[in-house]
Amino acid sequence: MNKPVIATASLAGCFGCHMSFLDIDERILDLIELVEFDKSPIDDIKKFSRPVDIGLIEGGCCNSENVEVLRYFRKNCKILVSVGECAVMGGLPAMRNTIPLRECLEEAYLNSPTVAPEDRLIPADEDIPILLDRVYPCHEIVKIDYFLPGCPPSADLIWEALTALIQGKPLRLEYDLVKYD
Amino acid sequence: MPEPIKFIIDGKECTAEPGQTIYEAAKANGVYIPVLCHFEGLKPVGSCRICSVRVNGRWMAACTQPVAPGMVVENHTTEVEEYRRALIEMLFVEGNHFCPACEKSGNCELQALAYRYQIMVPGFPYLFPKKDIEAFPKFLLEHNRCVQCRRCIRAIQTPDGKKIFDMKNRSGRVRINVDRKLAAKLSEEEAQKAMDICPVGAILKKEVGFRIPIGKRKYDKKPIGSEIEESK
Repeated sequence: MNKPVIATASLAGCFGCHMSFLDIDERILDLIELVEFDKSPIDDIKKFSRPVDIGLIEGGCCNSENVEVLRYFRKNCKILVSVGECAVMGGLPAMRNTIPLRECLEEAYLNSPTVAPEDRLIPADEDIPILLDRVYPCHEIVKIDYFLPGCPPSADLIWEALTALIQGKPLRLEYDLVKYD
Repeated sequence: MPEPIKFIIDGKECTAEPGQTIYEAAKANGVYIPVLCHFEGLKPVGSCRICSVRVNGRWMAACTQPVAPGMVVENHTTEVEEYRRALIEMLFVEGNHFCPACEKSGNCELQALAYRYQIMVPGFPYLFPKKDIEAFPKFLLEHNRCVQCRRCIRAIQTPDGKKIFDMKNRSGRVRINVDRKLAAKLSEEEAQKAMDICPVGAILKKEVGFRIPIGKRKYDKKPIGSEIEESK
């Protein structure tokens, strides 16, 4: 039987959840016995080469590229997991959600004291992904099957959840594993 | 001595002293009924409804309702727990609760309730309401996190009985209002008391923060209410 395939992505996140994933330490040796990696920043594969069993998503959606990648994952992954506060609820990037987008851009590119007068320009190149009106949690864009909160979720939580999903067991998480911070 | 009142919670026979509320009597019998707006020693107001129970088929707030003889209380049933869970989820989407950036995290009762109910994500869309932060000489008032429990209103008063906190507006626009003149005279101890009485991170004492390390905070290891359940 082929090994289950997993893929990961970091959208509007800080890569902290990926770092926490790597914090499983020597269990990473067990992991490579258990699964194969497809598209992921860990192996730098850019495109899906086969159907994926489990997709791990870090970060919410703050721009058009995030939405595109998330939909690409949903299309190619049987199970999609929101990993971390940003994927679950928008996280720190979503702190801009109460401020109109124009105000955010003006503050960053026009009015900020560190912007030189000749540099005052809001970027609008067609090659740059378009910012969304606000930051969206992943489950408000596509269907998400499981949620792992935390900033970041601990390595133990990611390990427990991932091994349960690989083996098709129900998620039974200990009290002190699930934390929002 | 008056006769103890007999009543039932989830099939368990319990006794209460006359005048005790369902919440108090349940606690004395080792049964945990979750509360958020209620605080030991303050007059209960029943505003958050987290303590809702079904009594003889009717919804009641356990923190305000006195026990009557023969009451049959449903507490830990699927229907009641699902209802409470929905209330907790609504509180999360109605405010801006960025737990990773909040210094009350780990000691927050709203968060602890969400942990107890194993909420991985709220079932409602996030509203991201626009709210502000107010600064006073001794403390900050973070409206993004306020759940309008009114604990601060009930607990914090000047020595001559004047209220420092009060409510403003109605319904969805309701918010805590502070008397600036009285707040300026608040002592260090009273500011600390205001922070401690707040179930969430809405009232924060200035110049201290993140004093307790992760792992040693109130709800890091044990769920809220476990001390009541372990007492019997």
